[in-house]
Amino acid sequence: MEGWYRVAEIVSLAEAIAAAVHDGDTVAMEGFTHLIPHAAGHEVIRQRRRDLTLIRMTPDIIYDQLIGAGCARKLVFSWAGNPGVGSLHRFRDAVERGWPAPLELEEHSHAGMANRYAAGASGLPFAILRGYRGTSLASQTAGVAEVTCPFTGERLTAVSALRPDVAVIHAQRADRRGHVQYWGITGVQKEVVLAATRSIVTVEEIVDELDPRPGAVVLPSWAVSYVAAAPRGAHPSYALGYSARDNDFYVAWDAISRDRTAFAAWLDEHVYGAGNGVAPAAESGPPRTAPLPRTPGEA
Amino acid sequence: MTYTADEMMTVTAARALRDGMTCLVGIGLPSEAANLARATHAPNLVLIYESGAIGAKPGVLPLSIGDGILAETADSVVSVPEIFNYWLQPGRIDVGFLGAAQLDKFGNINTTVIGSDYADPRVRLPGAGGAPEIAAACREVTVVLRQSLRAFVTRVDFVTSVGFGDGPGSRQRLGLTGTGPRRIITDLGVLEPDQDTSEFVLTGIYPGTSVADVRDRTGWDLQVAADLSVLPPPSESELAALRGLLATMPANSRIAPAEGAAR
Repeated sequence: MEGWYRVAEIVSLAEAIAAAVHDGDTVAMEGFTHLIPHAAGHEVIRQRRRDLTLIRMTPDIIYDQLIGAGCARKLVFSWAGNPGVGSLHRFRDAVERGWPAPLELEEHSHAGMANRYAAGASGLPFAILRGYRGTSLASQTAGVAEVTCPFTGERLTAVSALRPDVAVIHAQRADRRGHVQYWGITGVQKEVVLAATRSIVTVEEIVDELDPRPGAVVLPSWAVSYVAAAPRGAHPSYALGYSARDNDFYVAWDAISRDRTAFAAWLDEHVYGAGNGVAPAAESGPPRTAPLPRTPGEA
Repeated sequence: MTYTADEMMTVTAARALRDGMTCLVGIGLPSEAANLARATHAPNLVLIYESGAIGAKPGVLPLSIGDGILAETADSVVSVPEIFNYWLQPGRIDVGFLGAAQLDKFGNINTTVIGSDYADPRVRLPGAGGAPEIAAACREVTVVLRQSLRAFVTRVDFVTSVGFGDGPGSRQRLGLTGTGPRRIITDLGVLEPDQDTSEFVLTGIYPGTSVADVRDRTGWDLQVAADLSVLPPPSESELAALRGLLATMPANSRIAPAEGAAR
């Protein structure tokens, strides 16, 4: 099956983005407040991907940056704000004034988005929930329909499956074979990886062995396409056990993002100026492991 | 002890929570109130965040619904599909605590767009988040927001989350399983739905507030309950607990509270 690998390739972040994310792709970067793949988002900006359809339940700062940088054509989402702070100004500028480009919206609720990913991961065309009834969303957005239960006759809501070209998540660790482990608030990351054709997992560190952690999710190597070390790659989000959420940055983002010039200057300094396709955080991390040999049948 | 209207609002919202309840908490004012309740009269309040933290016991106020402190102190941490499908949808949660950018006389909530054209909005708000299903499926809902003519409108521009819809019988026709909004708590007083009309009426005001003040900041012809009460001011221990919680927040973190809608 296209996109399924016998083992994940362990590569640099720049290599992973170059290999997996193409202009025009549908890309889902997930992480529910915790483990947001910011370093990967910056790499997509640096590699100047265009016309992306971006999917994310909470397109917070990471997508504000991608939208403001001109990478996005369309956004599929359920809550676009700066958590606990206020508006996403780059997102609003795109929606309200078409800057830097108009942004097409496909808008859902959290429950709807979570179920759409679950349907994608399950190989189903749609999911069923009690939701959307009586709201204006139902009539304004694609992918919502009423269905009747074949057993009880009850009217329920169907939402269409999400099947991204690429899923991008951040995790605490992977081992040298590419098995991925993450814990704490685990969000919708398992669903998005399994729903997508290709996947990139950035990790805080690559270790010899994954020891058990309470509540941890392990994604086996053969369910992941690329693993890349990106220490502190979630910043200003966090990786439980490795870093704390940088709440001050979320607050500071309000002023940075409010003004187009201030935003462009920030982007120049912290993303474009941050080197030759290597996320700044990765440079001080542990040495990269050699990639495993490619296996036959890879895309 | 002097106190602000916001403090009175948060204390009143906290008092609406009973010990032992299960409560789904949005960020901002709802989170402040729920954490205040747990710190004062409701130590066994079960705080549930849509990030998947069930039974979170943060000692400080989280800035987001996914702060590390929530997972670290929770009885259980589940995935996002699970929190909505297994915990919220079947009606296991007693009370949903929501904010709003705009709200109408039937308690319908808008956190999506201001302006009548969805495709070309005057103001783009964050959107739905978990609120539509929280409003549909929690046994009851409490809404907390500051009262203003801009926010309290006759008809919301966009129904993000359903209160009583078009009026009596709407929720039943739509098949919504929860009982809907039980109270709206503002910085001026408390509104509750009329049993017959489902329209929100003023049932309580704060000390020093007049009915005229509230009507001046309500966009519909607000009715007043015959037994309108004056709600008791915050106690010293409530104020001390609330100020202690707020002191843990990063400076200037409440830039646009009205926009921090439904998270």
